[in-house]
Order: sequence, then structure tokens, then C-alpha cells
Amino acid sequence: MLYTGAEIVIKVLRKLDVEYIFGYPGGAILPIYDEIFKQNKIRHILVRHEQGAVHMAEGYARSTGKVGVVLVTSGPGATNAVTGLTDALMDSIPILCLTGQVPTHLIGTDAFQEADTVGITRSCTKHNYLVKDINLIQESILEGYQIASSGRPGPVVIDLPKDIQNSKTKYKENIKLRSKFKIKEKKTYAKNYNIQINKAIDLIKISKKPIVYIGGGLINSGNKASTELQKFSKLTNFPITSTLMGLGAFPASNIIFLGMLGMHGTYEANMSMHDCDLMINLGARFDDRITGRLDGFSPNSKKIHIDIDPSSINKNVEVDLPIIGDVSKILKLINKELTNGKFKKLSFTSDWWKKITKWKKKNCLSFINSKKIIKPQQALVTLNKKITDKDFFITTEVGQHQMWAAQYIKFEKPKRWMTSGGLGTMGYGFPAAIGVQIAHRKSLVICVAGEASFLMNLQELSTVKQYRLPVKIFILNNKYLGMVRQWQEFFHGGRYSESYTDSLPDFVKLAESYGIKGVRATKPEDLDIVINDMINYDGPVIADICVDEKENVFPMIPSGAAHNEMKLKDSDNIATSTKEGKMLV
Amino acid sequence: MSVYEKNNIDSSQVKSHALAILVENQVGALARVVSMFSARGYNIDSLTVAKVTEDENISRITIITSGTRMKIEQIKSQLGRIVLVHKVVDLTSEGDFVSRELIFVKVKSKGEKRVEALRTADIFRAKVVDSTKQSFIFELTGSSDKLNAFIVLMKDLGLVEVARTGSVAISRGSLKIN
Repeated sequence: MLYTGAEIVIKVLRKLDVEYIFGYPGGAILPIYDEIFKQNKIRHILVRHEQGAVHMAEGYARSTGKVGVVLVTSGPGATNAVTGLTDALMDSIPILCLTGQVPTHLIGTDAFQEADTVGITRSCTKHNYLVKDINLIQESILEGYQIASSGRPGPVVIDLPKDIQNSKTKYKENIKLRSKFKIKEKKTYAKNYNIQINKAIDLIKISKKPIVYIGGGLINSGNKASTELQKFSKLTNFPITSTLMGLGAFPASNIIFLGMLGMHGTYEANMSMHDCDLMINLGARFDDRITGRLDGFSPNSKKIHIDIDPSSINKNVEVDLPIIGDVSKILKLINKELTNGKFKKLSFTSDWWKKITKWKKKNCLSFINSKKIIKPQQALVTLNKKITDKDFFITTEVGQHQMWAAQYIKFEKPKRWMTSGGLGTMGYGFPAAIGVQIAHRKSLVICVAGEASFLMNLQELSTVKQYRLPVKIFILNNKYLGMVRQWQEFFHGGRYSESYTDSLPDFVKLAESYGIKGVRATKPEDLDIVINDMINYDGPVIADICVDEKENVFPMIPSGAAHNEMKLKDSDNIATSTKEGKMLV
Repeated sequence: MSVYEKNNIDSSQVKSHALAILVENQVGALARVVSMFSARGYNIDSLTVAKVTEDENISRITIITSGTRMKIEQIKSQLGRIVLVHKVVDLTSEGDFVSRELIFVKVKSKGEKRVEALRTADIFRAKVVDSTKQSFIFELTGSSDKLNAFIVLMKDLGLVEVARTGSVAISRGSLKIN
């Protein structure tokens, strides 16, 4: 029996156990939409903008560990998806994006809604396909799915010309994939890790001042990785710090967790990174937000770097012992050796832990609360208190609120925290929250947003309404592009060029116009009631939290500075950032 | 290297490297390789590409690039991430290799200069592949240095145009890279 390309697409996706597709129809993708109409196994979520579709798929993927699937049309459909694809590439999130394309005989003629999709997305995907042969459609999708989800995950685009969707071929029940990319991913791993593990154990044994620095790779490695890390921490008692992407991979409540590190990380985490004699990097990539000035980055430490992607090794920081592979497997081997070798764990009375405890006493996340005006930090502290015993997920947009959320909301489990780390995409958080909510219908999903970021993808309110998704949008409204304003205050003489948002909508009325609940807090005493209202309401809510307009995020390592050159409060002279530092972002 | 170090790279550590890259012979493979270089700010000093297997499945790309050891390592692993890339070998650091390129040099001159051009070509063992009353086209194969020397000499002898293939390279000895 022969099937059309569109029928095969749906058959393959069903075989891959795809539950949801996030998409938006258009001319060049109509045959596949027709097939979606004829079945009810795969649910299609109609978005209001293709960027939203990719971010939803990212939220879905990040919170479940599955591949997020996107379906868009040719031309503008595909180009609108580009920001989301780039975001997924930077944060290593598995996305399969199917795009419509004009029929093959029109490719290259500047046809209506034609864009060079594979050309445009080449640099923002892990891999992409233009399927010009109907007999390759099945392989391409299966292969693309595997590429997206294996190794270091990432987005894959499959461009499907309309004539290919309509022409017919056989469906192959038992298909043998060209396994070359699988072989390739295996090849990069060592056959056995004995030598490297032994070297790592030697370094661990002689270390007096160790630190473990974890990243998003640990979350991508699955829940096993978190379990192994907890075992490792019990065996060693080594202090642990996390990047923005790694939050939740280790419980925040554990006493050995020092919080987030980097530009807005905690004092104790950054000072430990600077002074340590052994750094164990688990699935992080020495990003410039983490390292600060490179020649001042942890100058006296031996560095072990465990990562699945060989290109992450020695990219920014030269390390002493690279181990390429799946972090959960390697940690397991290390744990085994530590157990067998009867490793004596680091005592809390050691000089190193005493030093860290001293740094902790700085209480770097403390802030001066106000009785007149809501401090954004206070809003998040209150929110954290009220959700801590609930089954919750947090997504964020990008900016000050994102950093505060990372600092003040405490995560105990992996895959509970979705944020745009690498690309820093304003407009990510709200659609991502929708994707999370779709995967976790009963859970409390909160998007911590800034008013400006929220405005970038607010069209998805309509999606929330349509699918009755009880997403909570917690806007820390300071009327400014807060992080831009902060930099202008510190580095540009307080000239707030274009960072104030005039003519903001009334967010409560905006919510009501979509038939959604809207609440507002303007005074500190409102916080309790408003947050309770938001959490307890069975349905979507916009909470407009009017906060102090001029609050800054601290601690801060200014660009071009080292970890031990942190600023903790407004009165620390931050404007002394170097000339070179000013050139950086 | 990161932005933080851009001004303190010791130029004595920058070396030229010949990379042999085997890629799946598919649309977009070359584009992905080349755009990786431009996106990450690496240099391509020369590039050649052609199919090398009988079944036409594999193309071999030879790229001459330059950088510090750390940068070359990074280029290799970035190339390794590309799904259609099967194998990357840094011929320069793997051991001895031979490398050659081919040029066509068009020379237009009269009288003594024309004779001198022909004599120089003979010394370099260049072949004459086209000849008119005013001009010659010489074909010459060799190392890049040799070709450069030939071009310099021809500049005074009426050089009009040069077409050049870029280097192809292969390791010495009996071992196969894939």
C-alpha cells in the first residue's frame, strides 16, 4: 500500500511516541495539517506565533526529557522559528522542527512564501534536511529525531516541499537507519575510562580545596546524573555550585550547595571558584558569564572537565583532565572508585569549609526591604515560600527578574527550571511555561517575567485561554528594561537611553480581555494575598507585581573582572569597570 | 580563545595546518564546514574539495588554516560536531605529509621578455598548455612555496592572470586515514 508523504510524517511521529506538536498552519504545510485533522493520537497545539511554538517545544522538552516537535509553514513560518531554534541550539535542547517548503520545481524561483530554510537554519541547528526524494522522508525524520536527542541534544530542521508531502511511497515497517552518526557519537567516547578515572581520583585525593561546578549537561544526562551527584556529594562532602542552566540538578537545600556562580552568582560560590585547588566541571562549558576575566579565572586550580561534547573541552579554558562522555556514567565510575578506595571525605571542620562558611556569612543575597514599595527580591522570596512544598515548575524571561529568580527560588529537583541561558531570549519564558504546563497538567507552572519580556510574546495568552492552561504569569513590573537600565546606571553615566517603557498596558485589563484572571500588587502588604490568589486560582493568571523601579541585581562581577572582584551592593564602586570590560557584554 | 584574550596571542605560536576532512557527499556538507569557519572567526587559507570514493559517497576537503595549538584542536572538534563530517585529520600534527597545488599562469609579453618567460618556465618544469603570438599559459604543479616563487618571477615578465587550485595533501607512508 502506498502512503502520501504527509501520511508518512504522521505515521513516523506516532511510532516515535510523539504526543504533542506545537505549530501553526500555512500554505506549504497544508497536506500535513490535513493528516493531523484525520487522527486523534497526536495533539496539535495551535500557537499564535512560530517563535512561541519553538519555545513551547523547548519548555516541553526541558521539563520531560523528551523531544519537542514543531510544525510550521514555509517562508515566514520558518524564519519566525529561527530565534527559537538558535535558543535550543545554545541551551542543547532536543527539538524536531518540520517546516513546509514550496514544491521542489519552484525552489529557487523566489516563489510565494519561499525562503532558503536549510540555508538560513544551517547555523542554528545541529543538523537539517531538505527532503527532495519521497523515498527518504521516513529516514530523514527518524534520523533527525535521533540526532536531536542523542549526544549533546539540539534542534533539527526537516524541510518538506509540498509536492513531497503529496506524492506517494511505501511505508517501511522495519527500517534500517544509516547508522553513521550513531557510530560517530560513540567514537568520540573512550572505550574505557580507567586511566582518566584513576587520574581524576588522584586529583580528588590530594585536593585540599575542591569545588564541583555543575551545568545543564547534568540535567540533559537524565535523573540518573543527579542521583550519582548526590552519591558523590555524600562520599566527598565537596562544595557544589551550579550554572544558571544546572539549577535543580542538586538540591538547593543541601548544606554543601553554594548556590549559583558567575556574573550574578553568590559570593561564596565565586570566591570558592577563585580560591580552589581542584575544580570539577560536570556538564558545563566555561561560558563567559561564568568565568569573568579569563586570566583571573581560578588561577591556582587543577581542572577536571567532564562533557559529552569534545568541542566544549579547552574552548575557553584549558583544563588539566578532560573526560569526554555521558556525565552520569562517568560519575558512576568515579563513585565506584571512591567507595572501593575508602575515600576519606572532606570534613566540615577543614580549613576549606571553614573559609567557605566565612564567605557564606557575608549573606550576599540579603537586601534592604521596604515597607513602602515592593522589592522584587521580596516578591520572589515570598513566592518561593508559598510554592516550596508544591509540585512546581518555574520558567523565566530574560533580565533582572531572571537573575533574581535564579537567586531566590530554591530548586530541589532537576527539570523544574526552564530559562534561556545561552541566547538570552526575551519572550522565551511565557511560551516555555505553556509547553511545561501541557506536559504537566496538574502541576503549578509559573513564568517569572519582566513586563518588557512578557510583551515580546504575549500573543500566546490566546493559546493559554484556548487550551485552558492554568499558567501563572508573575510579572515583576518595574517599567524599565531592568538589566539594560542597571548597565546604563553603572557603565553609561545613568543615561537611560530607551530603556523606559512608556505606554505599558494595564496587565489586569489585558488579562481580562482574554477572559483570564488578572491581579495586581502595588504595596508590600498586597504580596501575600496576591500570590495566594494567583497560586490557588484554578486557571491562568497574570499577576502584575509593581516593584521598585531602580533596584539592581547583586552580587555582580562586572564584565572584564575576576571572581574575587565582585560588587555586593550599590555603594561598592562598580563604575570602575575597565575599558576592556566595557567592550564586553 | 575568548574575547578576553584577543590581544595577547603570541604570534610565534600560530602555525599553518593542513586538515583533511572526509564528508558525506551531500548537499550542504561543504556549506556547513565553511560556515563553521566563518561563524567562529577561523581562517581558511585555501580549500579544495572533490569526490574521492568510487561510489561517490565521500568527498575529501583539504583546508589549510592557521592558529595556535588550542585553536586547531577547537577547529577539529567543531568540525567533528557536524553530522555529515566523517573524519577530520590534522595532517600537520599527525606526521609527515605531501602537499601540492596546481596553477595556470597567463603571461603576455614580447621579445626578450617572452623568451625569458619560457626559459624561467623551463627551470620550474612548467608546461606550456596554450600559446599565442603574444602570450603563454603555463601549467605548474608543486608546493605552495614553489608556486609563489614562480608567480613572483613572472610578475616582471608580463603576468596577466593566475588560476590556482589550493593545496591537496596526503600523509606519507602506508596508513589510510579512514
